[in-house]
Amino acid sequence: MSEPVIEAANVSKSYGSGPARVQALRDLDLTLDGGELTVLMGPSGSGKTTLLSILGCMLAPTGGTVRVCGTSTSGARPAELTKIRRQHVDFVFQSYHLFSTLTVAENVLLALDVRGERGPKAMAKVEEILASVGLTSKMRSFPRQLSGGEQQRVAIARAVVAKPSAILADEPTAALDSANGRATMTILSAIAKERGSAVLVVTHDPRLFEFADRIVRIEDGLLTREEFSDPLVNPMHGASVVPARSPALLEYNSQS
Amino acid sequence: MSLVFTLASRNLFQDRLRFVASLMGIVFSVVLVMVQMDLYFGFSGMITTMIDHTSTDLWIVSSGTKYFEDLSLLPSTMRGRLLAIEGVSEATPGVVGFSAWGPLGAMTSVIVVGIDVTAHGLSPWNVVEGTAQSLSVPGTVAIDRVYSDQLDVSGAGANAQIRGQPVSVGAVTDGIRSFAMTPYVFSDLDDARTYIGLPPSFTSHFLVQLKPKADIERTRRNILSTISGIQALTSDQFAEQSRSFWLFRTGAGAALVAGALLAVIVGTVIIAQTLYSSTKDHLYEFARLRAMGASDSYIYQVIICQALLNAVVGFSIAALIGFAVVHFTAKSALQVVISPGLVIELFVLTIVMCIVSAITAIFRVVRVDPAIVLTR
Repeated sequence: MSEPVIEAANVSKSYGSGPARVQALRDLDLTLDGGELTVLMGPSGSGKTTLLSILGCMLAPTGGTVRVCGTSTSGARPAELTKIRRQHVDFVFQSYHLFSTLTVAENVLLALDVRGERGPKAMAKVEEILASVGLTSKMRSFPRQLSGGEQQRVAIARAVVAKPSAILADEPTAALDSANGRATMTILSAIAKERGSAVLVVTHDPRLFEFADRIVRIEDGLLTREEFSDPLVNPMHGASVVPARSPALLEYNSQS
Repeated sequence: MSLVFTLASRNLFQDRLRFVASLMGIVFSVVLVMVQMDLYFGFSGMITTMIDHTSTDLWIVSSGTKYFEDLSLLPSTMRGRLLAIEGVSEATPGVVGFSAWGPLGAMTSVIVVGIDVTAHGLSPWNVVEGTAQSLSVPGTVAIDRVYSDQLDVSGAGANAQIRGQPVSVGAVTDGIRSFAMTPYVFSDLDDARTYIGLPPSFTSHFLVQLKPKADIERTRRNILSTISGIQALTSDQFAEQSRSFWLFRTGAGAALVAGALLAVIVGTVIIAQTLYSSTKDHLYEFARLRAMGASDSYIYQVIICQALLNAVVGFSIAALIGFAVVHFTAKSALQVVISPGLVIELFVLTIVMCIVSAITAIFRVVRVDPAIVLTR
């Protein structure tokens, strides 16, 4: 059995001290495996964002250990955490966080640029990934010229272009309509299957369950339930290899 | 090519109003420093212009003399004593003093420079009308064209009065400016004494020429040990003494340097403020960069690149303004001169100023928590 991409063991996190102390996470265990899309569900204030920050090496836990691709983040300095992120992790956000002054292609290229990948090879990767999310014609557009769904697809392209081992998506469909939300999840699911990345999607939306290989529920900083998706419900589940332009995505592209 | 430049330039040009404010800060600062420094160097040149254009081995002036136009006097008989000193070949007397140009009721102060027209040493240069030799004709003077209006003369051949004595303009020079803005008027030595009101028994200075192979330092020591109450200075020493007096002992130079320093501080603060506000506006983007694993140095590069772009664009505009100032003051009494060396120094100063300005923005970005991207 291959090593988990991210492995959190007995992770706890508290903010503040004394009477104002808030326990955001309590002795939480979670593993994210390559090729798997995990959905993290929980009410507001349950610790989802804190967990995402810790798994993404943006926040240090107050207890327990986190290993990313075999590298422990315990005691790591900010620069070392940045390096781990650069090598293994990227994010997709609810509000996209695209750079308004950069074109679509430049936004995606930026993910390679910060990793030192430049020149024609990097540009070829950008063109390939934008083609796979159906945005070839929008390469020179600026984010303000795109719809919400298109912006989220740019954000996904940016997150995956450097082929990170883990993609952590925070409410990626919350700002999208139903069709765009489904398209986004289709792409994320395809990425997990095709590229072997571990994909964690934080969401409130139960309609996304059908895309999940695994559903994890969190409440008051504790993982309360973990369930595996029904292959009959999840159309992507069980597929060992998904074409770069999956049928679902092609269908979405032809509609849009 | 890295996207650092693209990101920096787009961030900079996105908010044009802020960019213009930043540029105004740089242009204001650089132009002010440029003008202050040009004036400083221009004044330095004007203070020593007579000394710089005099061909002599030693200046003999009274012990109290601080600069060329100083009115301390020496007895004319000192010439014989100087000539008797070993190594001295010639000692040419010269007089300098203030007088009044023009008819009664419309007089203008002038500095009369009395020269021995027949001797080697000091003579009007850059003569554009008439000849310097014309000064050998009694009552003939040389003026500079910069002061034509001030002296109310049209050029060579014009007539005027100095201290009630009729004079004729025999030569017009170009670019002999006075630090005190009081026009220089060259004349023959004897005429000059008359214009200044100095008896023939007094002189202002002697220009000493040494014999071939005479050691200048030994001769200088010989002169000082033989004659008391005088200074024997090389041209460099006299120039330095004049500069030191006008620029530092009078505070004129200190005021110019302080003005330039203030301009640098004001410029730095303006650029720092605009860079900081730009960085603050793009804070989530910088947090996003950190979240995607951008190293600190990558982020510094973006901010410093913004600062350098500010510097290059701002300096270019400032340089154009500076050259325009040079052009428009070329024919004025207060000429501003920009040397290539000064341009390079100012460019380096602008770069340093902009990079220093980026420090506050860098401090802000260093503190940004990448996790904030998850909260918005």
